[in-house]
Amino acid sequence: MTAAANNDAMAPTHIETDVLVIGAGGAGMYAALEAAKAGASVVLADRSLIGRGGATVMAQMTVAAALGEQTPDHWEYHLSDTLAAGRGLCDERMAALLCEDGPRRLREMDGWKVGWAREDGHIKQAQAPGHDRPRCAYVDFLSTGPAVSRTLRTQLNNANGIRRIGDLMIVDIALRNGEACGATALHLTTGQAVTLAAKAVVIATGGLTGLYRRNSASSNMGGDGYALALRAGAELIDMEFVQFFPIGHLAPRLVGMDPIMWDPFRYKLGGKLLNAEMREFEQDYATQDTRSDGRYVLTRDLATYAITREVEAGRGSPAGGAYLSFQHLPEADIRSAFGPVVDRLAANGIDLAKHPVEVAPIAHYHMGGVRADETLQTRVPGLYVSGEAVGGANGANRLSGNAITEALVFGAHAGRNAAQRALQSSSTKWQPQAAGPTLDLLRSAHKRDVPNLAAVVAELKGLMADLVGPFRTEPKLRSAIKAIERLKAEIGEVPVSSAAVFDPVLVDWLDLRNMLLVAQSVTVPALARTESRGAHQREDYPGLDESWGVNQIVALSNGKIELSRSAPVTGRAAA
Amino acid sequence: MKATLAIQRGVPGETPRLESFEVAFEHGQSVLDGLRALRLVADPSLAFRFSCINANACKECMMLIDGKVDYACTVRLKEGVTALAPLPKKALIRDLVTEIAPPDERLWPRA
Ligand SMILES: Cc1cc2nc3c(=O)[nH]c(=O)nc-3n(C[C@H](O)[C@H](O)[C@H](O)COP(=O)(O)OP(=O)(O)OC[C@H]3O[C@@H](n4cnc5c(N)ncnc54)[C@H](O)[C@@H]3O)c2cc1C
Ligand code: FES
Repeated sequence: MTAAANNDAMAPTHIETDVLVIGAGGAGMYAALEAAKAGASVVLADRSLIGRGGATVMAQMTVAAALGEQTPDHWEYHLSDTLAAGRGLCDERMAALLCEDGPRRLREMDGWKVGWAREDGHIKQAQAPGHDRPRCAYVDFLSTGPAVSRTLRTQLNNANGIRRIGDLMIVDIALRNGEACGATALHLTTGQAVTLAAKAVVIATGGLTGLYRRNSASSNMGGDGYALALRAGAELIDMEFVQFFPIGHLAPRLVGMDPIMWDPFRYKLGGKLLNAEMREFEQDYATQDTRSDGRYVLTRDLATYAITREVEAGRGSPAGGAYLSFQHLPEADIRSAFGPVVDRLAANGIDLAKHPVEVAPIAHYHMGGVRADETLQTRVPGLYVSGEAVGGANGANRLSGNAITEALVFGAHAGRNAAQRALQSSSTKWQPQAAGPTLDLLRSAHKRDVPNLAAVVAELKGLMADLVGPFRTEPKLRSAIKAIERLKAEIGEVPVSSAAVFDPVLVDWLDLRNMLLVAQSVTVPALARTESRGAHQREDYPGLDESWGVNQIVALSNGKIELSRSAPVTGRAAA
Repeated sequence: MKATLAIQRGVPGETPRLESFEVAFEHGQSVLDGLRALRLVADPSLAFRFSCINANACKECMMLIDGKVDYACTVRLKEGVTALAPLPKKALIRDLVTEIAPPDERLWPRA
């Protein structure tokens, strides 16, 4: 640290840039690259390390795009599948952008040597449920996310005009006359406040599955971006649609692996779901299913339902899920399909040929997000959004493989548009007062006697799982809304601190400030939507209701959540 | 089962202090699981880095575990004492947190 900074610990460090990108996952890194390519200066900030903190680096499976390498394909076919999965709620412009631009991004990544798996000289594309043909590229073995992250990090290293700053947690968007003019942040390793002036700001903070007890999330996925956007005056859309992954790993404790890794095993090898009586139960629920593909008896939502029901009926596995068994398969088949992964499992004491594992539904992805126009600008001028943080493209349910494509495509698009706006505006809109309220908030943090905030975070995750999980009812949702209010009152309006630098208590408090707001933004529209559609299943309102073919919009008005409805956007954007 | 985590704590310029915590665990749980549990029940101010928890993808949780540099999220908890200390060759921030970001990804690149 420089002496000047040391001398005046209370004065925030100030940084100026054309484009500020918040979050360095796939979307944020791509946004930074494209913005810099367009000639803008860029700051790429992450609360964790660059390219390491979110979902992108953890993804182990596939990326969907109509490359037509495996079989002839066209992006319009990909679009039809995406719209069908979204059950009438997709923003068609967004979905079209994702599908049309996907191949371009995957080929660019290919040129950057990401290492897509190849077969007979072409990129290998696998078939995943919901896609009408083999469309999903990947990097062996289960290395897609790490490869995507590494490739983008290398590009960042080689690019000019991008300043990368890790350990920088963005606390609020700074506004001037209703326009985004930068942000205020907490630098974790020094405990200092930092203000950032920017002519355009891109939110690329990923999803919110960290709100749930069982999840595939990293510690940075409590949904910061949704809260940043709401407080800045932007709207959220489709927030009630949280995707649960039915067979997330539950037990025995498995370390060093992404908890959704059983999916590729089931694609390749089958695998039986058993209850505590060691009886297959999928067939008991399969009659309700019209879209069975033979091998995978149940779709994701039905499998989630089946496992949840078995557990409720007292037929769950010891850890509270179902058994997943590959014991009917010869050991050699398992090894030939998954080679090195079998060794990683062995290091965890798991031998699939001998013992089943336990699985359960886990929160995995968020379809909803910040509402934006086709340039990915929110209703707040100068505030853009990209990646999983964007709402609309996937409607009520997402196809597997669409999320990484979405991160790359929307990242590139938002970065380019943000740069254009920044380069067109002659001077910065920044004024120090824009950061005032957030600086005051950070300065007011002090040690005080409160409940253990880490335990409050755990309590929130528990109540979201139990009351706002995959299967919802009015009484459960109402008690969730009450409980969230109670926790809000418990943490109060003034931040709590415990140390001068790298203070996890202050981070918990700031996280809860966001998480509680985002939890409300999920629960309120979930209560209002009196039907079952895609990932939103109401036990008291089973079945899809045509009249609910509308998006719900969440906004913040005088600190209160406000709900409205809007017809899904049809028509296409030009990529 | 019970594990004892003997953790080296403090900030630069301070004599490091050793604090021991007992934490209940199940077979297969990681040192990171133990540290996260400690924050819930014993001391929420304990500082350590991690992001991905399960995937061993973020590589942020490196520390000195029983004298060896390793990932807290892949080393298993054991009965008896496990000694935890910050990485010795990196600048200390606080407790088990050190400056591990590449220099050009820091707020103060010349630090
Ligand atoms: C385990 C797992 C496996 C998956 N597998 C697949 C798959 O096979 N195929 C697929 O298509 N999709 C998959 N997904 C989904 C997909 O990975 C994500 O949707 C996608 O990577 C999101 O990219 P992103 O850049 O929008 O967000 P992320 O990659 O999550 O990045 C967000 C970044 O923002 C940072 N951040 C958050 N808040 C702040 C703040 N306040 N200040 C500063 N920085 C902040 C975070 O630290 C993080 O680095 C998977 C997801 C998970 C969790
Ligand atoms: S927590 Fe990510 S590697 Fe250990």
